[in-house]
Amino acid sequence: MSNMEETIREIDSLADSSSEEQYLTFELAGEIYAIDILRVQEIKGWDKVTSVPNAPHYMQGVINLRGLIVPIVDLRKRFELDVVPYTETTVVIVMKVYSDIQDRTMGIIVDAVSDVHNIKNEQIKSAPIMHGAISNEFIQGLATVNDKMLIIINIDALLNSGALALEKAS
Amino acid sequence: MSIDLSQFKQTFLEESDEGLDVLESGLLALDSGSADEDVIHAVFRAAHSIKGGAGTFGLNEIASFTHIMETLLDEMRDGRREITQEAITALLNSVDVLRDMLEAAAEDVPPPMENAEQVTQELEAILNGVGQATIQTTTQATTNEQVVDEESVASVGWKVFFKPMEHMLRTGNDTVRILRELSALGEIKLTSDTSEIPDFSLMDPELSYISWNAELTGEISKEQITEIFEWVDEDCELVIEPFGEAKVEETAVPEAVAVAAETVQVAPETTAQPATVQSEPAAQPVAAKKERKKEGGSIRVGTDKVDELINMVGELVITQSMLSQMGSDFSMQRLEDMREGLSQLERNTRELQESVMRIRMLPISFSFQRFPRLVHDLSSKMGKKIELKLSGEQTELDKTVMEKIGDPLVHLVRNSLDHGIEKPEVRVEAGKPETGTIHLNAYHQGGHIMIEITDDGAGLPKDKLLAKAIKQGLTTESEGENMPDDKIYDFIFHPGFSTAETVSDVSGRGVGMDVVRKNIKELGGNIELSSEWGKGTKFTIRLPLTLAILDGQLLRIGDEVYIIPLVSIIESVEIDPSQISSIAGGNEVYKLRDEYIPLLHLDKMFRRPPRHNALEDSLMVVVEGDTHNLGIIVDDLLTQQQVVIKSLESNYKRVEGISGATILGDGTVALILDMMGLIAMSQAVDAPHAKAS
Repeated sequence: MSNMEETIREIDSLADSSSEEQYLTFELAGEIYAIDILRVQEIKGWDKVTSVPNAPHYMQGVINLRGLIVPIVDLRKRFELDVVPYTETTVVIVMKVYSDIQDRTMGIIVDAVSDVHNIKNEQIKSAPIMHGAISNEFIQGLATVNDKMLIIINIDALLNSGALALEKAS
Repeated sequence: MSIDLSQFKQTFLEESDEGLDVLESGLLALDSGSADEDVIHAVFRAAHSIKGGAGTFGLNEIASFTHIMETLLDEMRDGRREITQEAITALLNSVDVLRDMLEAAAEDVPPPMENAEQVTQELEAILNGVGQATIQTTTQATTNEQVVDEESVASVGWKVFFKPMEHMLRTGNDTVRILRELSALGEIKLTSDTSEIPDFSLMDPELSYISWNAELTGEISKEQITEIFEWVDEDCELVIEPFGEAKVEETAVPEAVAVAAETVQVAPETTAQPATVQSEPAAQPVAAKKERKKEGGSIRVGTDKVDELINMVGELVITQSMLSQMGSDFSMQRLEDMREGLSQLERNTRELQESVMRIRMLPISFSFQRFPRLVHDLSSKMGKKIELKLSGEQTELDKTVMEKIGDPLVHLVRNSLDHGIEKPEVRVEAGKPETGTIHLNAYHQGGHIMIEITDDGAGLPKDKLLAKAIKQGLTTESEGENMPDDKIYDFIFHPGFSTAETVSDVSGRGVGMDVVRKNIKELGGNIELSSEWGKGTKFTIRLPLTLAILDGQLLRIGDEVYIIPLVSIIESVEIDPSQISSIAGGNEVYKLRDEYIPLLHLDKMFRRPPRHNALEDSLMVVVEGDTHNLGIIVDDLLTQQQVVIKSLESNYKRVEGISGATILGDGTVALILDMMGLIAMSQAVDAPHAKAS
């Protein structure tokens, strides 16, 4: 009987450690960031956007995604990194952003998309306290893959923050 | 055999909703005494179909409740009962109860029974006033039906009392056929009661005077018997009781009234019985509710509209095949044909679009029809005599607009009732007819629908409004002295502004008019009012016909393309810089003929890169605001076209000065300017900087 329980516990722990998720990684000013791949709807090349009045500077504008009006955020500007001109490799990652009020589809502009990695949950370490434009709440954690550090972003927190936040319906 | 009835349930609920409206308006007509026989029949039919439908879907509470209503209505219809104020009030109350019950049914939750029981008692009290015997038997019959349903096969047999109402033969039902079918079920012992047959000279051969008592023995289920009487159910008195090893129910029957009430209570359990109807009625009411909300409504579309659409699609297909044929072997000689084909395609597309839009259009009577009841209830409550006039009910507008305009309209009508129309004695004193009039009118004007609410009441007290406004610090005495009327009236749209001396539960708390205006503005419309002291007040609401498509003027400012709704544009002029002067430094106005028009530099206000052209090469588009006009400086006017409005809010958020976005022919996004918002922004203190985010 006790043997049995032990076995079950073993299997459980195996399952836990082996639970891994896929992350899409992209580059931004030489750093590597990762987001949950299940959120990604599509990756598309940079194209002209229509700017929106009185929007924060990192809100680049809106694009037409097959009839949907989708806002695009320049992640370099959001993180207050140096601004570079958009090139052929500049891409827009369109993804689902959830919040309590309303789920939205938004895009982020990044330097380039690099890879898809499987990362086990236990591999993810919490990030040290940081200051500046990227605060801790936007970072889900750090992980090391092939000796390189990935910064896993909490996109819900990031894209619902500041001027992008939705006002609660009165 | 489990047919999924749930798909029909939605239809039933919608039809019942319409039925309730018929009931309500019919009852109101009866109340005012203006009803003829047709109205009573229509009312009865409405109640009857709700009852029938509710039974089918296992909504027993609704069925049994409606049955009581129906009994009362039936007696009214036959002239056996006088139509009293009391009865009408009770029936109107029961309409409310039914509405609640149907709402509960739509959400798959048990219906609220507190009101139902109270109204049931009211109705029964009226019913028991006269013709008690009749009612008892009918109620009894239904009661039995429900209780016995479970063990429907009686052990020995059934006792059937069948008394056709006088007019039953006229409905085309044959008593002989019924009795023959009954006898086919098993052994029958039939006794007839001929005591009611009048003297031969008085007898009408088309009426039925005989009643029967039948004793049926054999393995017969109750359903088999009721099935025979299905078609005459409403036209006869029918009692079906088991006999032989008599069931206990009989003892419960005598107190018909009490049992009726009980049935209502028992009902929630019985809902679970017809398993085919709902698989798990009360399993997860909350989840079910959420799901239903998402489904959204449906629209009833006339077949003619659908046929029209099909015709157009047909034409479109023909044009398309013509063009593709032309494309497969094209030569320059056929260029002219090609052009013609393309213009035909354009015409087809436009027609198709228009017809599709028309499907969403409903007559405004859907929104107006709730007012007779509202006016009826409120006017009696406030001791006022008010006549409601409706006109232009057939004016069509978009379903979404209609849904959103409902509440503001109710608010305005309530206001007219409460503040506008005076008490009868005051009216007589003022030399006006005792009965006040509220007039709701709708009509099309340009691309808009206009709704007017006119009352012949007291009008707005200008002095009082001004005094109040000064007191609340909205204006100063010196400013108020020469203030134009419409400016003074405008105060009532201010949040927290009320001049009612007493706050009633109808209105007067000073919330509302600001919300009314806000709601209307959100729909892209506006509201104006005119008033004359002692004569009355008139509100005019202007709304766009549809929210989905607008005729737009494309224009360029710097690198950006914006769209202005064509309806807001008054004119476009070339700028003559000498006509521009500034007021107090910042504010610029343009002198156009006799008018000074405030200028709007959209590039600055939106904090975008500046315009390309020098001022003298630019154009000014004069747009219409609710209070004044506005000149927007643009680099260039592009084409005019119809644009499909897309929401910015679905993926981003509300942007001040922008009402939405659209997708242009080349796939890029262009923003649609919101005139009301722009004017509000331009009026805000140094607008461009205050809005920093």
